[in-house]
Amino acid sequence: MATPRIDVSIEHRGEPATATKRHPNTCPGCGSHYRDDELEGSLGVCPQCGHHFPLRARARIAHLADAGSFVEEAADVRSDDPLGFFDLRPYAERLAEAELSTGLGEAVVIGQASLDGHPCELAVMDFAFMGGSMGSAVGEKFCRACESAVEREVPLISVTASGGARMQEGILSLMQLPKTVCAVEDLHDAGIPMFTVMAHPTTAGVLASFASLGDVTVAEPGALIAFTGPRVVQQTTREKLPEDFGLAESNLRFGHVDAILPRSELRPFLARLLRLFGRNGA
Amino acid sequence: MAREDEHRLRERLGKLTSLPLLRGARVSGEIKRLQRQLERIEARPSDEKIWRSVELARHQDRPYTLDYVQFLLEDWVELHGDRGRADDAAIVAGLGRLDGRTVALIGHQKGRDARERVQRQFGMAYPEGYHKAIRVMEIAGRHGFPLVCLVDTPGAYPGVVAEQHGQGGAIARSQAAMARLEVPTVACVIGEGGSGGAVALALADRVLMQEHSIYSVISPEGCAAILWRDGAEKQKAAAAFKPDAAHCLELGVVDGVVPEPPGGAHTDPGEAARLLREAVVDSLDDLEALSGEELRRRRREKFRAMGVYAVNA
Repeated sequence: MATPRIDVSIEHRGEPATATKRHPNTCPGCGSHYRDDELEGSLGVCPQCGHHFPLRARARIAHLADAGSFVEEAADVRSDDPLGFFDLRPYAERLAEAELSTGLGEAVVIGQASLDGHPCELAVMDFAFMGGSMGSAVGEKFCRACESAVEREVPLISVTASGGARMQEGILSLMQLPKTVCAVEDLHDAGIPMFTVMAHPTTAGVLASFASLGDVTVAEPGALIAFTGPRVVQQTTREKLPEDFGLAESNLRFGHVDAILPRSELRPFLARLLRLFGRNGA
Repeated sequence: MAREDEHRLRERLGKLTSLPLLRGARVSGEIKRLQRQLERIEARPSDEKIWRSVELARHQDRPYTLDYVQFLLEDWVELHGDRGRADDAAIVAGLGRLDGRTVALIGHQKGRDARERVQRQFGMAYPEGYHKAIRVMEIAGRHGFPLVCLVDTPGAYPGVVAEQHGQGGAIARSQAAMARLEVPTVACVIGEGGSGGAVALALADRVLMQEHSIYSVISPEGCAAILWRDGAEKQKAAAAFKPDAAHCLELGVVDGVVPEPPGGAHTDPGEAARLLREAVVDSLDDLEALSGEELRRRRREKFRAMGVYAVNA
C-alpha cells in the first residue's frame, strides 16, 4: 500500500476544492495558465487578475536586493530531530525531502543585502519548505538575522510565509515564539528598525511572534493573515465565516497591517521606508 | 535506551545547576531539589503515563487559577478589563500579597460548572484577555511588583471575532511585554499549557510545571487530526510530541517541576497549593537578588538559547 502523502503545511484557505488538482502555474483567481518564464517575468503576479502566486525565497531576494548585493548568512544551520518524531513518516525523512525539493537548507533564508543602495538585513521565509513552518532552525536563523542587523546597525526586513510552528519538534517549536520575540525586543532596544512583509500565508506561531512586532507591517494582496485558519475556526465554533475572513484586506480594515501592496510596489515602498528610518533621513 | 535518556536528563540537570540564576546562597537547596526531581522522574514516563498526564491536566476537579489564589495570596484584589473593549473572563489578573510582598498575578481561568465554563470560554482567551494581561504586567513593572503567571488554557480562542480583534498580534505583544519587564517573573503551568495562548503568559525568568500538567505546541487531538489525519490517534500523537513535565524539563523548556499530591492536584488542592506556593516563593527569593536589568538580560538569554538544531559542516 502506498503511503499517502501528508500535507503538514496548512489548509488551502479560500481556494476552490479542486485546488489540489490545479497545476501550480494555473491562476486560482481567473484560471489563466502561465509558463514558468511568464510567471517569473511578472514576479509571480497574474497579469489578468492580479492574483499573487507564492514567491520562493530566492526569487524574493533576487527581486528585493540590489543585484549581486546579497550575502547569505547561517546557511549551515539545519533542523535536527530532537524528539525522534515519527507520525506516518519520520521527521528526518520529511526534512530530507523538503531539502531536495526546494534546494534550501531550511524554511528561511537570511543574509546581508542592499536595497536601492541602502544596506539592510533580509530574513525571507519559503512556504515550499514544509509549509514555512518554524522549528528550532528557523527560530535560530531569524534571531541571527536580528543580531546581524544590530551588529551592522542596519534595518531588518523580514518576509513571512508560514503555516506556524513545526509540530514535529513538539514544545521546542513553541519555544521559538518567545525566542524570536526576545530577539526582536533586543532589536527594538538597539534602535534598529524592523519592517515586516506578510506574504500568503502568515499564520499561527509566526503571526503570534516576530511577524507582529515590526515597526511597519505591510501585506500582499489576498494573503491569509490569521492566528487560527478558517477551517479550524469553522470546525471548532461552527461560526459562519465572513467572505474575507483572515485576508490581508480584512486585516487592513481591522487595523492589523499598515498597508497592502502589490508585489510590484513593494521594493520602492521599502526603499522609501529605509530612507525615512535612515540616519538623518539619508 | 532508558539508560541513555537518564543520562541526558542528568546532563540537563547538571547544566541547570550551573546556570548563573541558580548560583548564590540558595544553590545547595536548589541542587537538592533538582536531585529530588531527578529521582522522581528518572523512570522515563511511558506512553501511558504521558496520556495519564494529559487526562489529569484536564481533570474537571483540578484546581484552577482562582482556587490557587485563595491559598497563595492575601489581600487579593482582582483587576478587570483591558481599558479598550472588554473584560475577558478567560484570564484573571490582580494584585495580592505573597509571603510579605505585593505581587501581580495573571492566570487563565476555566469555569467549574456549565454556565461558568461558557462565561470563561473554557479558559480560551480573546485578544482582550491578553490586553488585560499586558495592562497588569505594566502595573507590575511600574511599581516593582514581581509577576506570577499561572498557565491553564487549551489555547487562545479560535473564533472570527478573536481574529478580527488581532489574536496573533495580542499573543506576540503579551510575550514582548514580559520580555521587557525588569521585575522578577515566575510562570507555572497548572493544567493545560496549550500553544500560543499559553506561551503568551510564560516568557518568565522561571518557568515551572506542575507534575501532571502538559505544555505543548498543539493539542493531541489537533496533532492527530493533522499528522495522522485522524483525531482518534490522539494518544499516539501525545506519545510522539511528549507534552509531559518530565520531557519538558529534559528538553530545557522549563526550569523545574512542582510536585503534586499523589493522585494529582485535585485529590488535595490545599496540599497542591502549598507545594506550588513553596516553589513560587523559592523562585522569587532567588530572583529578587538580581537587578531588574540583569533579570531582563538573563531572561532573554535563556529563551534565546532554546531549541535544538544542527550545523552542517
